[in-house]
Amino acid sequence: MAVNDRIGYWNKTRGLMFTMLALWVFFGFIVHMFVTSLNEIVILGFPLGFYMAAQGSLIAFVVMLFWFARKQNAIDEEFGVAED
Amino acid sequence: MATESVAAGRGDFVSNLGRIYTIYTGGFIAFIILMAILSALGVPNRIIGYMFVGFTILIYAVIGILSRTMQVGEYYVAGRRVPAIYNGMATGADWMSGASFVGMAGTLYLLGYDGLAFVLGWTGGYVLVAILVAPYLRKFGAYTVPDFLSARYGGNLARFIGVIVLFSCSFTYVVAQIYATGIISARFLGLDFNVAVYVGLAGILVCSMLGGMRAVTWTQVAQYIVLIIAYLIPAIWMSTIKTGIPIPQLMQGQALQGIAALEAAQGIAVGHATPFSHGGYNALNYFLLILCLMVGTASLPHVLMRYFTTPSVREARVSVAWSLLFIFILYFTAPAYAAFAKWTMLDLVASGLTPENIADKASWMFRWAAADNSLVQICGKAAIDAAAVAAACGEAGVTNIAFANINLNADMIVLATPEMAGMPYVISGLVAAGGLAAALSTADGLLLAIANALSHDIYYKMIDQNAPTARRLVVSRVLLVLVAIAAAYVASTKPADILAMVSWAFSLAAAGLFPALVLGVWWKRANSPGAIAGMIAGFGVCLYYLLGTRYGAVGFYEMWSGLSTATPEAIAKFEELKAAYAAAAPDAQAAAWAALDKHAQSIANWWGVKNLSAAAFGLPVGFLVMYVVSRLTKEPSSELQNFIEELRIPRGNTLMEEKSA
Repeated sequence: MAVNDRIGYWNKTRGLMFTMLALWVFFGFIVHMFVTSLNEIVILGFPLGFYMAAQGSLIAFVVMLFWFARKQNAIDEEFGVAED
Repeated sequence: MATESVAAGRGDFVSNLGRIYTIYTGGFIAFIILMAILSALGVPNRIIGYMFVGFTILIYAVIGILSRTMQVGEYYVAGRRVPAIYNGMATGADWMSGASFVGMAGTLYLLGYDGLAFVLGWTGGYVLVAILVAPYLRKFGAYTVPDFLSARYGGNLARFIGVIVLFSCSFTYVVAQIYATGIISARFLGLDFNVAVYVGLAGILVCSMLGGMRAVTWTQVAQYIVLIIAYLIPAIWMSTIKTGIPIPQLMQGQALQGIAALEAAQGIAVGHATPFSHGGYNALNYFLLILCLMVGTASLPHVLMRYFTTPSVREARVSVAWSLLFIFILYFTAPAYAAFAKWTMLDLVASGLTPENIADKASWMFRWAAADNSLVQICGKAAIDAAAVAAACGEAGVTNIAFANINLNADMIVLATPEMAGMPYVISGLVAAGGLAAALSTADGLLLAIANALSHDIYYKMIDQNAPTARRLVVSRVLLVLVAIAAAYVASTKPADILAMVSWAFSLAAAGLFPALVLGVWWKRANSPGAIAGMIAGFGVCLYYLLGTRYGAVGFYEMWSGLSTATPEAIAKFEELKAAYAAAAPDAQAAAWAALDKHAQSIANWWGVKNLSAAAFGLPVGFLVMYVVSRLTKEPSSELQNFIEELRIPRGNTLMEEKSA
């Protein structure tokens, strides 16, 4: 594999990593900093701030990871470094 | 039985996994129904409890024995042939400990919103596992986490420090698991606690000793199925009784409304859903705890090593996603479980609970209080029987027992919920089997991580590099048994701080391993002196904070009083107790010191950070020291830089090829 390809591959991989990291910070921390105001909104009995910590962020993490596995695999294939 | 084909050819077994575990699940459900029928026919509860525990352990033992192996690759990494989805299930069981199963909903019951820090922390960490660490360790092809440290940071010093961190975070954790198996066996089988601990030990060894990672993998899948069924059924039951709809996660909203209304009626000011107000969790500690648990997840060796077993890097990534999905199923049920249990209790109190009618309305409390005085307290005293409750409440001037008068221990809430909500005994037996599955599966993973580090890293790599395969595997098994016995012995002494120590494992792993693992992949300039200095500094600071604030609180506070968040009143009280200690007569000194130490523990801190979140200091120190020392010393050799290049690319063979038997 050519050096340029390696750099290109790693740049894309790193970009995806930072996207995931940003989403992780958002769902792990940022959204819960607004819990008091979010609790004003009540859906199906759930105060929204409580809901985000009990279920919402967890769902986001699971979806993120399946999305990441697909996305990273697409990058691998694009640069021809996927496993056979 | 569903597990017979484990003995058949490997390929055959792997290609039939779906069928085998479907039959197994069906068989387990049929077993539950059979138990329900037997119970209805009048078989005593105690026999039902024995059958639940005995039957499930028997299955794990059969799987463990059928998966025995004498091949190094099978023993350490299950031959790297575990499909992503099954590795995910095994990781779920590996991850969810006795504490998660038994204690998590109880913590949420007591702490309300603030307990959700555990739910978030113990799920979000998998994002870090997937994007930063696991796929690259899989590509490297290690048998253990210290293996990677040694290859990346050239030499046995990095390996040795890795083993120390691994040992200190895994050993206390495994003690807690054996302790949990002891508690569950003692309560449901009526065994003496000391005997129960060794029964638990036998259950653990039979799964892991003969087959190593291969046996542990296939038993963990079986244990996941048991524990998730056992967790969901009571929650679904309560939701159906209370709301008529069997989806507890959805109906939790209604439960939260019910709780809020009843809390208001009881005059409870700080409600279940109120953030940052229970158990000393202000916003700072809430977020730091989430961070420490998440980063700890991505550094705990017994979790990371599960991803060494997948067939490819691609499968390792998908496997992390499956792991989190399987863990998510339990963790998003836990808050609902807690809400329904709390609603049930509030309803009970609102129906007019008095010392006179408590024997009719909630006699289950007496049974738990009799098992252990600290589990159920009413009006400040153990609720052993109606007379004890009447006496305690009479003394306190309480005629109607309020919610605030009842003090339930966090660890009993899940186990007692079936009785609390009036479910038949079969459900209690099922919950016991589930709790046991959770504790056993985690103990297996941890023991294997410790024994592998000792046998592979210390014995094979550092002491005798020419050891033949057979001897390596024998050494590994002997060490496994020795570590297990040591852990069971420590558990049988009932160490007081066992639960605190489990939470410490996360901080220790995070501070000691995370910077070296992450920078090892993501920063080529990271070198050996930097990693060694970073691991020692991060781990050291974390350990100092943990031990200092807990066991040397007086000295810690005096040295760092400028950083403490103690209020003027607390400082005055400290000075007063200190003077009292200095003035105490020789025979009163111990008591005066105990009072001083207890108070000091509440104010010995840096900026008010709880000792649970010690990695809040160790982690940045570890990163910083590693960065600075790496910058000041020589950059890694070009061979090592090529090695990192290869590590980053999925294609190609694993980098560490092992001569196999």
